[in-house]
Amino acid sequence: MSRTLTIHQAGPGVTVQDMGRPGYLSLGLSRGGAADTRALAEGAALLRQSPDCAVLEMTGMGGTFEVDHDTRIALTGAPMQTAIDGDPIAWNASHLLPAGARLTIGAARAGVYGYLHLGGGIDTDPILGARSVHLAAGLGARVAAGDVLPLGDDSGAETGLALPPDDRFAGGTVRVVPSLQTGLFAQSEIDRFEDTEFHRDNRGNRMGVRVVPPGEGFAPEGGRSVLSEIIVPGDIQITGDGTPFVLLAECQTTGGYPRIGAVLPCDLPRVAQAAAGAQLRFRFVSAEEGLAALRREAESRKGLAKAAHPLVRDPATIRDLLSYQLISGVTNGQP
Amino acid sequence: MTDWPQIRPAGLDGLLVSFGDRLSEPANRAALAFRAAVEGSGWPAVQECSTSLVSTYLRFDPLAETPQALHDDVQTLLTSRNWYDAALPDGRRLWRIPTVYGTEMAPQLDEAAQEAGLSARDAIEHLSQTRVRVQTIGFAPGQPYLGELPEAWNIPRQTALTDSVPVGALTVAIRQLVLFSVSTPTGWRHVGQTAMRLFRPESDTPFILRPGDEVLFPQVTPEELENMRTDADGGARAEVLE
Repeated sequence: MSRTLTIHQAGPGVTVQDMGRPGYLSLGLSRGGAADTRALAEGAALLRQSPDCAVLEMTGMGGTFEVDHDTRIALTGAPMQTAIDGDPIAWNASHLLPAGARLTIGAARAGVYGYLHLGGGIDTDPILGARSVHLAAGLGARVAAGDVLPLGDDSGAETGLALPPDDRFAGGTVRVVPSLQTGLFAQSEIDRFEDTEFHRDNRGNRMGVRVVPPGEGFAPEGGRSVLSEIIVPGDIQITGDGTPFVLLAECQTTGGYPRIGAVLPCDLPRVAQAAAGAQLRFRFVSAEEGLAALRREAESRKGLAKAAHPLVRDPATIRDLLSYQLISGVTNGQP
Repeated sequence: MTDWPQIRPAGLDGLLVSFGDRLSEPANRAALAFRAAVEGSGWPAVQECSTSLVSTYLRFDPLAETPQALHDDVQTLLTSRNWYDAALPDGRRLWRIPTVYGTEMAPQLDEAAQEAGLSARDAIEHLSQTRVRVQTIGFAPGQPYLGELPEAWNIPRQTALTDSVPVGALTVAIRQLVLFSVSTPTGWRHVGQTAMRLFRPESDTPFILRPGDEVLFPQVTPEELENMRTDADGGARAEVLE
């Protein structure tokens, strides 16, 4: 029997997302997909299912949800205050959501994008090979109160797993490598770029985020204009007023501003998850160091399934213990 | 052309092969042909290929093949022939897309004509009778950059953005036309309006135009265009170019 998720209330930026829609760059459609792909891998590990399952991405705040059959869920990404029928439950963990119970997900306590994973994944009709909503391209729409989403068949049964918390929700330093027009910038300008502590501007969405320096902006030598070129997530464009703009999953596919560098794909979730006001720094690394970082990230994602461990041993006390942990910050679920 | 083509890294997982630093027809053809050759090579580490005006972009898995190794493969393919004399892609078509020029449907015709030093009538004559070619698809899904217009149209983009142009808006700057596939802010001037939907995600052919296709934008009246809105192609018709 097919199962559904009912949305009783939704924040302003809740969309169905997955790993995106690669292969349409030459037709002007960017890959899109989840802003924080590591969170998809974490949810997949917690539910022991494929990272290709579609999820709900919640920008800044969640909503109120209900399922019509007992359903496994997992919560990853930006931590949000969450409860089942008023009882707090742990973030970065999997749970059983009973049929008819109210799942409430509040505002993010850190970071931007929280994720609600469901056993079997969200089973909306794929468009061009993926279920992810691409707002900029007009593919699909935000989830709204009253929507009912179909869920896929869930072959798993395990819940009550947790992953250790991650530190990618408060800005920090991200690694970059040279990009197309890095050579147009003087070394002194690149040095200054690396020495600058930026803050993430209020302006930002799934297409990209603006990062503001405390002092003056950046400019290529001689203010050279460049031909419009292919753009991909991670590229750091220096816009007309000298302010960097880091492109994310739903960016346009071509752009005419010079690019000072490109954020490593494994560090892009840290940029996406930097909330307005969060501090960000950029550090150039060699191709070798960058490749080593990508390799470590790939191995770390592979190891998530093993890292997911039981929260508690006694299922009867799960909710109380979890709420205790949520408040105290005690981790790893060891009572 | 001694400095070109150039291979540049685009992040850790991308290479960009550029055939010039400004738009030219040979460089545009070279980029399209080189992309076809890369796709024909079937290199396993290459995950996606694309073209911009004068460049071919390759996205690859840097954990499957190092950037240097792929760079070497690209270099070898690059020197295997002269890409600048490559033919245009096969299966090209000529499209005629009915267009309303000026009126409240396309409010910047007069302003653009003035920038180009033309009367409104001459501007419409240029725009409606110049056969332009799709040089690349980009920015938004299915959205073409078309060229090249007569030299008079080498006009800059506006410094301030128009808040929004509708789907099917025909816009002009720097001797190029862009026909918008989405509604978006833009610095290009809105000189014509069509009933063409270039991105149809629900259809079997979601993307309509392809690089190499040629396009004419014949003038129609607002009433004629309204009548064409019921047509799936907004009154546009295509014929195969031999």
